[in-house]
Amino acid sequence: MASNSYFSLAVLFLAALGFGLAPLVLAWLWGKAFSPAKPNAIKNSIYECGLESRGDAWMQFRSAYYLYAIIFLIFDVEAVFLLPFAVAFTGLGAAACGAMLVFVLMLIEGLAWAWAKGVLTWA
Amino acid sequence: MAVDEGLKIELGKQGVFVTTIEELYNWGRRNSVWPMQFGLACCAIEMIATTMARYDLARFGAEVFRPSPRQADLMIISGTVTKKMAPQVVRLYNQMAEPRYVIAMGACAISGGPFKQGYNVLKGIDRYIPVDVHIPGCPPRPEALIQAFMTLQKKIDEQPLTGAGRPRHLDAEAQGEFPVPEQGAHDLEPTSNKGVWTVPVVIR
Repeated sequence: MASNSYFSLAVLFLAALGFGLAPLVLAWLWGKAFSPAKPNAIKNSIYECGLESRGDAWMQFRSAYYLYAIIFLIFDVEAVFLLPFAVAFTGLGAAACGAMLVFVLMLIEGLAWAWAKGVLTWA
Repeated sequence: MAVDEGLKIELGKQGVFVTTIEELYNWGRRNSVWPMQFGLACCAIEMIATTMARYDLARFGAEVFRPSPRQADLMIISGTVTKKMAPQVVRLYNQMAEPRYVIAMGACAISGGPFKQGYNVLKGIDRYIPVDVHIPGCPPRPEALIQAFMTLQKKIDEQPLTGAGRPRHLDAEAQGEFPVPEQGAHDLEPTSNKGVWTVPVVIR
């Protein structure tokens, strides 16, 4: 068994598991032994702003929100790549600028598509 | 078991430090009281000032205002409690972890203050929850809140861990849940919690 090349991986996996679980178990044991438990229905309730919670947290969201997520991604990814580009701008050649232009144009195309589709109009 | 005060001082001179579990336990408790972060009315401004650099509540280990009742030990009722707000205050008090303490800050929190005659004002939060320290004033200055805080610290320090007068979390019999009042037709129902507040007899 120990000759198996995956043996060390299994040992590491178990160690990692123990590393994560041990604090939880210790905290639970500590709580069992020492915590001044005076539970009541109000204390065990979910919400903490003083009001009683209404309804269920497991509600459905409109699937149409994916469009906002995608548009957010356009700007997000753009910013992530544009920042190092802008920092190294003076040392870059024409080829790098061209590549970046293509990248930005691709993202602009996505934005134009969303615009044409009427996503940007708040209905 | 208490250490003889004179013997303790004598030993201290010799470089021997003597203490009890109770003393250590209460020393830790009184220097780590975390108030709950909420303000009800104008007293809250004074409470905020108390936490800031000029008055610096951090000196007493209480600068950590917690936004959740689960992490708070102390509730500072800073201002007028309206009848609309009272159920929320009582519910938050119920959600705080033991041991928990309450400071009623200002005339309104104690008795309704200048708004006592108002139909919508609760005439003192001690009708629903046990209050440890009352501070008068309209509003009390930050020094007064610090005084209340030191009084509370003294109170915590003097609590024995066993027997009568021990902190609530060590007393299995102590009341843990305080009924949350509901909005009735004309007033909150009930108008006060039994065992917390005795309705004074009016003699005409």
